[in-house]
Amino acid sequence: MSFLRKVGAVAWKDLRAEWRTREMFSAMFVFALLIVIIFNFALELRVENARALVPGILWVAFTFSGMLGLSRSFILEKDRGSLEGLLLCPVDRSAIYLGKMLSNMALMGIVEAFVLPITFVLFNLSFRAVPMLVVVVALGTLGFAGVGTLFSAMAVNTRAREVMLPLLLFPVAVPLLIAAVKLTAGVLDGLAMSEVSRWWQLLVGFDVIFLTLSLMTFDYVIEE
Amino acid sequence: MAERKDWWLPVLGGLAFVGILAGGYLALAYAPPAAGFVGGAELAQRIFYFHVPAAWTGFLAFFVTFVASIAYLWKGGRKWDIVAACSAEVGLFFTTMVVITGPIWAKPTWGVWWTWSDPKLVTAAILWLIYFAYVTLRRMVDDDARRARFSAVLGVIGFVDVPLVFGAARWWGESVAHPIVVSGGGFDVAPKMLTALMFNLAVFTVMYVVLLALRTRAERLSDAVQTLKGGE
Amino acid sequence: MIQVHGLVKSFGLKKVLRGIDLDVGEGEYLTLVGPNGAGKTTFVRILATLSRATSGQVRIGGMSVDEHPTDVRRRIGLVSHRTLLYDDLTAVENLQFYGRMYDVANLEARIEEVLKQVALYFRRHEPVRSYSRGMQQRLSIARAILHDPQVMLMDEPYTGLDQQATAMLREVLHTLAASGRSVIMTTHDLELGLEVADRVAILANGRLDYQSPARELDIQRFCQIYAEQVAE
Repeated sequence: MSFLRKVGAVAWKDLRAEWRTREMFSAMFVFALLIVIIFNFALELRVENARALVPGILWVAFTFSGMLGLSRSFILEKDRGSLEGLLLCPVDRSAIYLGKMLSNMALMGIVEAFVLPITFVLFNLSFRAVPMLVVVVALGTLGFAGVGTLFSAMAVNTRAREVMLPLLLFPVAVPLLIAAVKLTAGVLDGLAMSEVSRWWQLLVGFDVIFLTLSLMTFDYVIEE
Repeated sequence: MAERKDWWLPVLGGLAFVGILAGGYLALAYAPPAAGFVGGAELAQRIFYFHVPAAWTGFLAFFVTFVASIAYLWKGGRKWDIVAACSAEVGLFFTTMVVITGPIWAKPTWGVWWTWSDPKLVTAAILWLIYFAYVTLRRMVDDDARRARFSAVLGVIGFVDVPLVFGAARWWGESVAHPIVVSGGGFDVAPKMLTALMFNLAVFTVMYVVLLALRTRAERLSDAVQTLKGGE
Repeated sequence: MIQVHGLVKSFGLKKVLRGIDLDVGEGEYLTLVGPNGAGKTTFVRILATLSRATSGQVRIGGMSVDEHPTDVRRRIGLVSHRTLLYDDLTAVENLQFYGRMYDVANLEARIEEVLKQVALYFRRHEPVRSYSRGMQQRLSIARAILHDPQVMLMDEPYTGLDQQATAMLREVLHTLAASGRSVIMTTHDLELGLEVADRVAILANGRLDYQSPARELDIQRFCQIYAEQVAE
């Protein structure tokens, strides 16, 4: 189980370093919050039932702020040269992938944990939906961070680093986003499982397929 | 200096040229107008004979990129990188055609330029974005080996993504209040129409092969020039 | 301990290393000197498994770096002019992280040991960003020896250090030299390089054309030979 311990070491290192400055978290949180707030009053002015748009708004907020965290996580490593320190370690490259993915997920998760209650308050939603919603958001974040970590490792080695990540990630993440938004809407509307089962299948399917693919191809991306 | 092993290329190219003319005739004159379409709409509907083959070819090109990418990751070798990259460029060209002809066809048929309810249009749009990302990625990486590896990974991931995009778009379209169904193309397909369609499908496939061959040859020549320039 | 045969490294068309042959025995300290751009860093990176050779063989401790990179990594420690440290973490936290990644036994005791060796024990709970350049370099060495590697690779370790830090580093390196590890150090400071080494070699224009046991040279003779080699 030394492999798992190393995965944990990588994730823990990232989170502990982030905890010292909380720079990335602040940027992500403020960005997500701004998106929700701006949509809230922009839509109140023109749209009758703004609540129906909450699923879309939430996922725009989560993915855009998530993108911020994903890109910065590798850019910081690369600029300080510490990425090489990681590559020197006698560890399977997939441990680096999983560790980074976990720390990205954790950061996104913390931001989501703050933004969700605020959204509920702003849009007057019922808290009954929360437990199921947490599951949906967790699975969506998992898929997004899974492919995002791979593409972020790629993007950091290109010339237009900040632009490359969204260009790579968003088209590929489309099925994930559609499923996540549909499920979020279903949960908020109180739909039965049977009505949204296909979206669960798509969400879980996406996670499984792309996490596996990312794990398998990470080696090719991270080595020089 | 004759490239003897490429003798078939001008032959195929000639065939493609003839085919384009014949296919154009079939599409514009031979095939009967679709029921209920008149005037400008009738002409716009005929774009169908180019739109569908372009879509098929775009997908075929992406499949070739997928296979070549796997081959590159597994065995390495510049030739697989060349095939993958050139096929993606040609595919982007055809997919651009799809995304442009789609709205031209859609407007007279359903009254809207674009709809997210049509899974084929959605998939074409996302496919276009993935292709575009692939081509841009290649331009943004300086190291040759790294560029090949990165594109190969994207080639694999992007292709696996496509059926998921299609499925998601289809389920999404079905769940919307007023879905616009696009199954047969929105009109009854007469036998002559089928002929025109099939013929153009073949022509476009030949066009793809010719363009791919030309593009890969250009790439190989460029490599040769670079090697000569470098000296030792 | 370290065997390099016919090592060639090209970046695209540019050949940076043109066939290097080098053997470093157990416990031997080799200083590699050469002008900037000669390929010293590239050479060290290949030995450190951070980069792949275009062709040629590199074996460390009998194992090929291409076939058994993980095993090789266990046996080497790298000190480069970048610290490979995390600025926001303390010295102890940095070493804890690397210690876990290298499966170091009795980690806490070992951390204490290496920190005392590089005279940083009393500042161990401060974040690395508060350290001077010299202190960071010493911590970098602590990180490199944490897992007790048989081979130390040091790429321009004196870069950016002031008098006092250089003197401290010199002492640490003497201890290192006496410890029985094999060391390859690159530097462009001929005097410092000659002083601590068992053997010196000159890398110029991608080739290793001169090697000599250190005790057969004095600094003037060395500078002379260096000037000749570099001029070719």
